[in-house]
Amino acid sequence: MHPFNYHKPSTLAEAVALHQGAEDPAYLSGGHTLLPTMTQRLAAPSDLIDLEGLTELIGIAVDNGTLSIGAFTRHAEVAASTEVQSALPALAELAEGIGDAQVRNRGTIGGSLANSDPAADYPAAVLALNAVIHTDRRQIPADGYFRGLFETALEADEVITRVDFAIPSRAAYEKFPNPASRYATVGVMVADFNGTVRVGVTGAGPCACRADAFEAALSARFDPAALDDAELPAIDFNSDLHASAEYRVHLVRVMAQRATARLASL
Amino acid sequence: MSTETGIGAAVKRREDLRFITGRGNYTDDLNVPGQTCGVFLRSPYARAKIGAIDATDALQVEGALAVFTGRDTATDGLGDLPCGWLVKSKDGSDMAAAPHPPLAVSQVNYVGEPYGLVVAESLAAAREAAELVAADFEELTPVVATAEAAEASPIHEGLKDNLAYDWELGDEAATDSALATAAHVTRLDLTNNRLIPNAMEPRAALATFDPASGNYELRTTSQNPHLERLVLSAFVRIAPEHKLRVVAPDVGGGFGSKIFVYAEETVVTWAAAKVGRPIKWTAERSEAFLADAHGRDHVTHAELGLDGAGRFTALKARTTANLGAYLSTFGSAVPTYLYGTLLAGQYKTPNIHVQTHGVYTNTAPVDAYRGAGRPEATFVVERIVEAAARETGRDPVELRRLNMIEPDDFPYETPVALVYDTGNYQASLDKALHLADYAGFKQRRAASETRGKRRGIGFSCYIEACGLAPSQLAIQLGAGVGLYESGEVRVNPTGSVTVFTGSHSHGQGHETTFAQVVSDKLGVPFDDVEVVHGDTGRVEFGLGTYGSRSLAVGGSALISASEKIIAKGTRIAAHMMQTEPTNVAFEEGAFISGNQRLTLQEVAFASYVPADYPPDLEPGLSEKAFYDPENFTYPAGAHIAEVEVDEATGVVQLVNFVAVDDFGHIINPMIVDGQVHGGLAQGAGQALLEHGIYDANGQLTTGSYMDYCMPRADDVPDFVVDTTVTPCTHNPLGVKGCGEAGAIGSPAAIINAVTDALGTEDIAMPATPEQVWRKLSGL
Ligand SMILES: Cc1cc2nc3c(=O)[nH]c(=O)nc-3n(C[C@H](O)[C@H](O)[C@H](O)COP(=O)(O)OP(=O)(O)OC[C@H]3O[C@@H](n4cnc5c(N)ncnc54)[C@H](O)[C@@H]3O)c2cc1C
Repeated sequence: MHPFNYHKPSTLAEAVALHQGAEDPAYLSGGHTLLPTMTQRLAAPSDLIDLEGLTELIGIAVDNGTLSIGAFTRHAEVAASTEVQSALPALAELAEGIGDAQVRNRGTIGGSLANSDPAADYPAAVLALNAVIHTDRRQIPADGYFRGLFETALEADEVITRVDFAIPSRAAYEKFPNPASRYATVGVMVADFNGTVRVGVTGAGPCACRADAFEAALSARFDPAALDDAELPAIDFNSDLHASAEYRVHLVRVMAQRATARLASL
Repeated sequence: MSTETGIGAAVKRREDLRFITGRGNYTDDLNVPGQTCGVFLRSPYARAKIGAIDATDALQVEGALAVFTGRDTATDGLGDLPCGWLVKSKDGSDMAAAPHPPLAVSQVNYVGEPYGLVVAESLAAAREAAELVAADFEELTPVVATAEAAEASPIHEGLKDNLAYDWELGDEAATDSALATAAHVTRLDLTNNRLIPNAMEPRAALATFDPASGNYELRTTSQNPHLERLVLSAFVRIAPEHKLRVVAPDVGGGFGSKIFVYAEETVVTWAAAKVGRPIKWTAERSEAFLADAHGRDHVTHAELGLDGAGRFTALKARTTANLGAYLSTFGSAVPTYLYGTLLAGQYKTPNIHVQTHGVYTNTAPVDAYRGAGRPEATFVVERIVEAAARETGRDPVELRRLNMIEPDDFPYETPVALVYDTGNYQASLDKALHLADYAGFKQRRAASETRGKRRGIGFSCYIEACGLAPSQLAIQLGAGVGLYESGEVRVNPTGSVTVFTGSHSHGQGHETTFAQVVSDKLGVPFDDVEVVHGDTGRVEFGLGTYGSRSLAVGGSALISASEKIIAKGTRIAAHMMQTEPTNVAFEEGAFISGNQRLTLQEVAFASYVPADYPPDLEPGLSEKAFYDPENFTYPAGAHIAEVEVDEATGVVQLVNFVAVDDFGHIINPMIVDGQVHGGLAQGAGQALLEHGIYDANGQLTTGSYMDYCMPRADDVPDFVVDTTVTPCTHNPLGVKGCGEAGAIGSPAAIINAVTDALGTEDIAMPATPEQVWRKLSGL
């Protein structure tokens, strides 16, 4: 790790100002992506601005059909939250399936979304649950947020403060973990909003995306078989040691069908 | 003797308290005054000529002390790292050993090969300086794939090709003619996947040099510190043995990877004198992936001939073994003497011939890894036997039974140079079948099918050979070291016992097991026995721990030393009791003659305070022994795996695993169970998860846990393990060795189960979800 300056601002405005004033700064949340890249000397920020403790980034609340989660909420907190478990059990389950206990006790939803790893879990939920990403300066709708490989709509100094998820009538997440890293080789969330279905897919391409044809098919008939011939999202499927593009194509359908089957059998 | 702590008792491991409370003393925990930090410069290329190396900027870094390269070690006359086993090709010529300098001098030959060492006041400074060393490389085309290496242009200058040796064992003509007349011949092409050992503690070294005495001390993660000292002294020529102490303190796992004498430990020791300060180096996990010796990596074509009744008539194996870029310490022996000799398995196959081409590639050196040669042999035998059963429509269990060596066939001489002393293979198989409920398998399979899962069952009746022996024969066959072990039993004046062993524990539990053995033999309380190991300054000599040899060889040495203690004690006691030694019996810690009784403690005291003492006897009660086994020991057993395959995704779940092993007598059943569990998990890792992969450019693509898949708790079932016992006939404890059996037997059982579930002839290891899905989809 290279030397760096460490800051612990007490307000959001201070955090942003620090960022703007530094040479090559980075916000630090759970540190579970950022710190490993620093210890491997792949990243060498001049300044780390710790977001822990900023009140704007804390809290879980359910209000008027929306589940709101502060950006600094750790995965373990989402998994254990009774609010999340009752309003959106699929999201609690998703959080419980991230990494291992150490990762869940450190990693945060804001960090995960800011990073937008192609194999991260939350992005599937953000798209399926039509979330709104709140930042220090604006609100970004889910459909405009993911831009490409590790690329989002965020500006360099922009801070995610919270994520508002629309609460569906039912939703389920199915993940096919990479056997080594246990990130999502493919993860699919199916969310049903009173007959209008949204499907968020992660792991398959450079960033999370929606599966339009799956959504149409399931909105017409909520049955795993409706997906048998539905078209896949038009993306460049990832191919790596653990799963070729061809296999991922297959897995996206299987995971979507499994999520649907779980809901249909309820 | 107390049944709670003696032989056969499941005594809790006394070393665990310090490990689980964080009080272990691992190399990286140790610090000495004036210590500096070392970071190695490693090749980014698989094959390249080294040009100019400019350390000017590096040495400007605050705290940077020195940058050494291969040119410095060469100038100082450091010798090459030797390969300890000279294998001969079938034409009688010596293997072609490429020189292996501790730091690459003119050419690097695998990604991660060290070509320099940076020393600095702190780790951060050393890393920073290392980044600033400017080295010119001229890239050359690498040779990577095992199967193609022999034909490719040679990677080493001065060698005519990449073939280190063309070795054979057995009667080729007889094997060929038996195959030609066989009623049925099963043919199989098999790959034994490259594995990367992952001990919990990465390698580390802390070297000091004392200019006043000229003494070096190396504390390091070694399975055999005396061997390390011997090599550094006699081959690398750092210092004579009496000026070099090697200590292996607590070591967090080895699995073979810490047997070898590596570049890093060597160079750090040399550099400590150059810098005039102690140097510590601790491998990062990513360095361990690149630069620890890897395991396995065979490509084999095998043929098994059967007569009309199903009896095996011949087995032929043609193996190409990837040795990596250099011959590691025992790399040459693993795919030859530790592999070809095991191809008889548990069967009476009359004709066997094996040929091994050991090839160089631009990959990390390959050497012994838990099982070392025997897992590869078992995989060939047990996969082809299973395939033959299916091809000829026979029950795989019955085909094995028909061909097994029977209890009254022992001693049994195989066509591949071994003499099995004892065993009862049917007994292990019977017990395993019972525990696995083989009879109920069909029902379980039907139940799985209703859940969209295919179920398969697979068998592996393995044999292995532990405690390489005897020394004289092995040395004739090319071994560069003896294969005995030393031990010393020191009864202290007040009767407590300090035991010194040349064997080394890095997870095996010697401190407990060896204390049980000595306490049982001498009748002293378990808590009064302390076991010392891993220090050339305290232990006379030793060959260390590998090949499941510790108890069979090292434990036997302690028995010999204990017997000498009893013999001397008998003479002292006889004198004290005013009788003849022949009238004295030793029972449960006491010397007895008629109604007179003297405890070992009393006799020990008398030996150190010789008031009333035999005039012709030296004082003291401390004895040494070297034990040289007359043969290998032959653990064997039956492993049965059951898997469920998810038809939609190809995911294989290992749902049941039964292992019934014959390890001879067992000293501590809890430790043995633990060894078996660990071995089975590693076997499951090889069969389903682990794969060290280099791309075509020789870059290691599985260089971290993000891509190299280690087995985790949820990847394995609740293992059912049990034992049968046929005591080893030639060592005093009747023990065989249990450290590797789990990893040896299980891969074949698991792959046999997967192919059974899929109804395919073969699937390559690891049987990943995608591969299985492709088989299921006919892609
Ligand atoms: C071993 C391991 C396994 C993992 N497995 C999984 C898995 O299965 N599924 C999964 O989804 N993830 C997984 N992760 C990733 C984990 O979930 C991390 O939590 C996540 O990637 C980053 O979150 P963080 O809070 O640690 O962010 P950090 O590492 O602190 O930051 C990540 C990036 O986001 C920026 N950032 C952080 N917070 C904000 C904010 N509020 N506003 C703007 N920018 C911000 C930082 O500057 C940095 O660039 C794993 C990680 C590890 C180490």
